[in-house]
Amino acid sequence: MSTTINLPTILRGHAGGRRIIEVAGMTVGEVFADVSRSYPKLAEQLTSPDGGLAVFMNVFVDDEDIRYLAGLDTAVDENTEITILPAVAGG
Amino acid sequence: MIVVDPQIREAMLVHAENCLPEESCGLLAFGPDGRIRMAYPLTNDVHSNTNYTIEPREHFKALRHAEAQGWEISGVFHSHPDSAAYPSPTDVRLAPDPTWLYVVVGMGDRTNPEVRGFRILDGEIHDETLTFQERTEQ
Repeated sequence: MSTTINLPTILRGHAGGRRIIEVAGMTVGEVFADVSRSYPKLAEQLTSPDGGLAVFMNVFVDDEDIRYLAGLDTAVDENTEITILPAVAGG
Repeated sequence: MIVVDPQIREAMLVHAENCLPEESCGLLAFGPDGRIRMAYPLTNDVHSNTNYTIEPREHFKALRHAEAQGWEISGVFHSHPDSAAYPSPTDVRLAPDPTWLYVVVGMGDRTNPEVRGFRILDGEIHDETLTFQERTEQ
């Protein structure tokens, strides 16, 4: 079963320039594990060294921020679109 | 050089004024022709006069809207309530995307605010000239 990930411009270079990639998994965490097999540099940007979500990365499953769902345990299916949004910040 | 509609500039200035004394922030959507089509005034999630973080869910909604129009979010604007329109060290440190346009609204002189554009490449600040004129084609 594949799930779609919509990537921002800054991360597309780690995925062969693609805006959309197809990956497999039943949860966001499993999807990211699959990303690490196909796009290891991309996976490094998405997760922290302890295996959690990277601090400056926001992940949406369809229209919801996974921080308000079940985090990396949030369920996904073949109709899900995961959107990655790096935090936009400054001073 | 990037041509910017005066209405876009006005939207950034009005948002900066409305957010005082805090920093304002928002996103810029570009059309396929490279022109800015929309400035999305968004919430500064940290409500600070020295820092900003765009509220993530508003970021997501702006992205969805832009994609539906065939636009791409590839720029950000924010204000400096008490200083010039020039990127701060924090702006440089947190600006990892070299393809994005970084617009700073300097409110140091409240009677004559500045709107300037920059690219930030490998930690270096490069001016990006903004030319304010009406769009004539559809």
